[in-house]
Amino acid sequence: MIPAAFNYIRARDVADAIRLLEKHGDDAKLLAGGHSLIPMMKLRLAAPSTIIDIGAIPNLAGIQHANGRFTLGALTRHAALAASDELRAFAPILAQSANELGDPQVRNRGTVGGSCAHGDPSADYPAVMLALDATFVLTNGKGTREVGADDFFVGMLETALDPLDVLTAVGFADAPHSAYTKFHHPASGYAVVGAAVNLMLSGDRITAARVALAGTGDFAFRSLAVEHALAGIAVDDAAALDAACAGAAAGIDARSDTFASAEYRTALADVYVRRAVAKALQPR
Amino acid sequence: MQALRENLGLTGTHVGCDTSSCGACTVLLDGVSVKSCTMFAVQAAGSAVTTIEGIGTQAELHPMQEAFWTQHGLQCGFCTPGMIMAAIDLIARNPDPSEDEIRLGIEGNICRCTGYENIVKAVTVAAAAVRGA
Repeated sequence: MIPAAFNYIRARDVADAIRLLEKHGDDAKLLAGGHSLIPMMKLRLAAPSTIIDIGAIPNLAGIQHANGRFTLGALTRHAALAASDELRAFAPILAQSANELGDPQVRNRGTVGGSCAHGDPSADYPAVMLALDATFVLTNGKGTREVGADDFFVGMLETALDPLDVLTAVGFADAPHSAYTKFHHPASGYAVVGAAVNLMLSGDRITAARVALAGTGDFAFRSLAVEHALAGIAVDDAAALDAACAGAAAGIDARSDTFASAEYRTALADVYVRRAVAKALQPR
Repeated sequence: MQALRENLGLTGTHVGCDTSSCGACTVLLDGVSVKSCTMFAVQAAGSAVTTIEGIGTQAELHPMQEAFWTQHGLQCGFCTPGMIMAAIDLIARNPDPSEDEIRLGIEGNICRCTGYENIVKAVTVAAAAVRGA
């Protein structure tokens, strides 16, 4: 399959990328790992007239960890996140989701920024970033601003990014009791349903929780009812945890397709949230 | 992928699904396995691309090629170039992979013929050969 013709330009740095976006307007798209955009271009579901390749910009990838906080460069590849001992120790949800995304070849190219910016309903990271209460750093010609995950994912393939924005980094606090698990679509590996859970513990009790679902609705969302229900439960009270995780997708129009009906996704949501809670509570 | 096959005449890299799933198009980019169907040729400017033609020689096969042969890791051979390239990166990162690690490590490559049994054996044998075991 062949994309529609396009102009290709490599941006030297973020300022150059911004300048190129301003110059080429609405019909330009940034290219990072390309594993969301290029398949769409090959199917001609997307046909930007100008591609601005930011994949070679130095210093846009990397994992920094200081004072209990991670900062990930937007260009960091999934493979690097999956291989990070630091992430595995202090924010396992992200190492786990990165490791379950796609396959080894896809993980060698795809980037955390690209995946988040694309906002595919079946992607893993949007739910993970909601669970982490992550902050996205956006830059354009007017300056830099931060957008919290709760405000970043707004619709199917729709984020808070303006056409002239460059996503440069995402940051979040340590999340030692966190986990991600998903029902892999057997062909594509995408999340039919994916559960992202981040628990705050005090002693042997859950004090607070952030729970988000991938693949289930038109875009990633938090299960506020489950979050409230989990607060105060003892970590070894299996029956209470079971009850708390019920109705994870209640009130959401779950997606329906040839592989899984809305009813099936709604049922899977409860199962996978419960599994993610168990995984988050496992001693490591 | 198109550039490799049509412009450079290197047809060892195969067109399978053309949608990033099957891995028949796998090559190494700066030593790392990637799906060439999901990259523009221009993105590789300044990088080294290794295809199946660049592995081993007629006189001396690469250990991975040798192992796919001795362990009967192929039938029709369509998935094989991509499988070999993916497996080469796999054992470069993990020189002594378990069976489970091999099966996870080739998740990006689909084979319709073999049921993967002999592919896993081939990768195990190749890994041992490369380790000098």
